[in-house]
Amino acid sequence: MLKKTLVALALGGALIGAGQAMAADYAIDKQGQHAFVNFKISHLGYSWLYGTFKDFDGSFSFDAAKPQDSKVNVTLNTTSVDTNHAERDKHIRSGDFLNVSKHPTATFASTSVKSTGEGTADITGDLTLNGVTKPVVIAAKFIGEGKDPWGGYRAGFEGSTKLKLKDFDIQKDLGPASQDVELIISVEGVRK
Amino acid sequence: MQWRNSSSHYGLVSIFMHWLVAVVVFGLFGLGYWMVGLDYYSSWRQTAPDLHKSIGLVLFAVMLARVLWRWFSPPPASLPNHGRMTRMASKLGHSFLYLGLFVLMISGYLISTADGRGIPVFGLFEVPASLTSIPDQEDVAGLVHEYLAWTLVIFAGIHALAALKHHFIDRDRTLTRMFGR
Repeated sequence: MLKKTLVALALGGALIGAGQAMAADYAIDKQGQHAFVNFKISHLGYSWLYGTFKDFDGSFSFDAAKPQDSKVNVTLNTTSVDTNHAERDKHIRSGDFLNVSKHPTATFASTSVKSTGEGTADITGDLTLNGVTKPVVIAAKFIGEGKDPWGGYRAGFEGSTKLKLKDFDIQKDLGPASQDVELIISVEGVRK
Repeated sequence: MQWRNSSSHYGLVSIFMHWLVAVVVFGLFGLGYWMVGLDYYSSWRQTAPDLHKSIGLVLFAVMLARVLWRWFSPPPASLPNHGRMTRMASKLGHSFLYLGLFVLMISGYLISTADGRGIPVFGLFEVPASLTSIPDQEDVAGLVHEYLAWTLVIFAGIHALAALKHHFIDRDRTLTRMFGR
């Protein structure tokens, strides 16, 4: 453990010394909860229903100079879904939607990141939800990075992707306007 | 027939409340079972749960009145042909029906009020939320409500079969007493 740390420090020092930027590892700020996994789905085609998952954690590595080397991993507790309505939340947790007793966790693991412009990238990865694993592409936007006022270093992103409910074996049909749900992920990471 | 129970007969109030609760409990079970399977686009999707909750809350008031009345005017004594075991079993069974019904109604209330929302009763007034801090309240209360509902209707069925057994096999007044005889 100590040896590993020393090696890492030495290596890090050497790289910084060489003037090279290197990908840093960040933990999603769960403690201060500057991180949100939200979703929105159409209600009858008349309005947007917003919801959130309160309990998730994850990490990412990021280097502004080499965005293609970035990685992100998120694990989410599906039971923590909250749409500000207890009966609806209970229904979403049921077999009609997320089946949380059978599939209590959802995960996302990036497989590749492709820069698409200034501060934007497509993050491709495997999303496991309701027991189904499918590749999805998250259109991500770099928001900002820098020192925080408390001695840490932070970087933040927001991204979104659209999922077909049917693709993830979600049985309930909410009507023609509500076949897709948009996931909106907004996270701030604290450098490890 | 008199209003109050006597030492040998049930009075009108107890008889009326008994049959009212019987009909309403089975009705609510049927309504509940049907409404949870309703399609999102069914015109009953909102009215059926509203009715279920409104009737359930009124039933709660009726059950409170029933317990009070039972204390105010105790039920008649057991029939002389009933042995010790029969008396014990019926006492336990009735206690379970009363207790189970209260827990069932409270669990239902706790589902709908888990996020602090009150329950409108027939659109006339609202019963406010109270307890909202049980972890995963709507889910836990939901499970209790579902399993207890099944247990209670099965148990009420056994209660009815027992009454029929007294009527047709023992040929005693157990069942007819509940009709005021």
